[in-house]
Amino acid sequence: MAYVAVKGGERAIEAAHAWLAEERRGDPALPELSLDQIEAQLGLAVDRVMAEGACHDRGLAALAIKQARGDLIEAAFLLRAYRTTLPRFGASLPLETDAMRIRRRISATYKELPGGQVLGPTFDYTHRLLDFALAAEGGTPPPAPEAEAAPAVMPRVTGLLAQEGLMAPEASSEAEPCDLTREPLAFPAERPLRLQALARGDEGFLLSLGYSTQRGYGNAHPFVGEIRMGAVMVEFEPPELGFAIELGEITVTECQMVNQFAGTKTEPPQFTRGYGLVFGHGERKAMAMALVDRALRAPELGEPVEAPAQDQEFVLYHCDNVEATGFVEHLKLPHYVDFQSELEKIRLLRREASGE
Amino acid sequence: MVPEPALPDPPLLQAMRRRWMGLLARADAATIAARLAEAPALPPHIRLRGPETGLVMTRGRQGGDGAPFNLGEMTVTRCSVRLEDGTVGHAYVAGRDARQAELAAVLDAALQDPDRRPALLAAVIEPLAAAEAARTAREAAKAAATRVEFFTMATMR
Repeated sequence: MAYVAVKGGERAIEAAHAWLAEERRGDPALPELSLDQIEAQLGLAVDRVMAEGACHDRGLAALAIKQARGDLIEAAFLLRAYRTTLPRFGASLPLETDAMRIRRRISATYKELPGGQVLGPTFDYTHRLLDFALAAEGGTPPPAPEAEAAPAVMPRVTGLLAQEGLMAPEASSEAEPCDLTREPLAFPAERPLRLQALARGDEGFLLSLGYSTQRGYGNAHPFVGEIRMGAVMVEFEPPELGFAIELGEITVTECQMVNQFAGTKTEPPQFTRGYGLVFGHGERKAMAMALVDRALRAPELGEPVEAPAQDQEFVLYHCDNVEATGFVEHLKLPHYVDFQSELEKIRLLRREASGE
Repeated sequence: MVPEPALPDPPLLQAMRRRWMGLLARADAATIAARLAEAPALPPHIRLRGPETGLVMTRGRQGGDGAPFNLGEMTVTRCSVRLEDGTVGHAYVAGRDARQAELAAVLDAALQDPDRRPALLAAVIEPLAAAEAARTAREAAKAAATRVEFFTMATMR
């Protein structure tokens, strides 16, 4: 592709950026947003930018949101660009989500399960009525109620099913997973690579694909086995120490989607899993990811690949919003020479058609 | 030949280091500095590496308990220091706080010295542990308040 270099536009670009800075700040008579405010009060936006930017750092995500004027895809792009400036120290040990400090844990398959249903800070059951008290700067709400916390054991729902032999076990390989940030996508993509792509994929795109599987595009009969959200420890083994240490805690959301599986000649009918895991509190994303993960497992489970959500090239090549926005928005760049040739071709065709 | 200082059993020292390094990684620089104000002065140190910020790729497991996959990166700051007696301290802490990483590395070195350890544990590490326990207990209590208590109706006649 040929792009004509833009010359002579420097002054215009400078002025455009100055105006952008002014628009970003808005009315100077109003107090400026601080990063702490964004982090604390727009926390779910911060979580989404970390997930789609594939980089966990609340402060950087808040800065990106401020710089992008609240455009979350632009913010994810800024975070992705920043991470390329940093060295990689290594990879963590796999997060042990069964040891999560639970803030929310629900199951749609078992009403009474060990550890119970813990609603946590959720929008569920709110009436979705605009709260004008917030418009009037509602002040500080009273502290949330507390109750005696039994040392709760929170076994996985998938584990409960596995005990009965009703849940297909996961591959227990400890193989080094492929890394999208190091090697380009290649097909067929193994499940670890697919999960990495989905974890950083666009929430809206995955939500729509997940929805399509429910509406009949793909043979899905899912149940939310479990959603859990809370803090997990990140452990890392520095080579100079020779033992694993804790780097800190991060919040993640995990979704285990339980799906029917009719069985094959060699495998009995049982349940299979779709899995979602995302940085921060991102329940919709984790659920959508789990639906799409399960849909993408069609070939390995001997199911026909007929629907868009089951087509790994379609899903994995298009779920990344930073790549998608780059290619769509590049259409704004000058294509003067390309278009000149198109113009001449159309004029020629018209002359030929009219017999001149 | 300098005789080896009497160290605790290496697995025990390793377990202790794991604990204090974890607690220091979860505390911010201001909190650590405030605790240090109550402690004997830290020994002088030289920087061997950093503090420098980089990335660690966090991993999950497919299905929660299967093969690992790359979830996404996180920012991590590391620092290594040496005390005058040659003891080396390390820190790897989530985030970009260079001061936290350096304080944590110096403390890791100083805490390895059995003579310095009791005072530093008492002034810095145990208060951090207590504050963390209080924080997590509070959060667990809030979560417990949102636990659904199903009750079954007594037999309807």
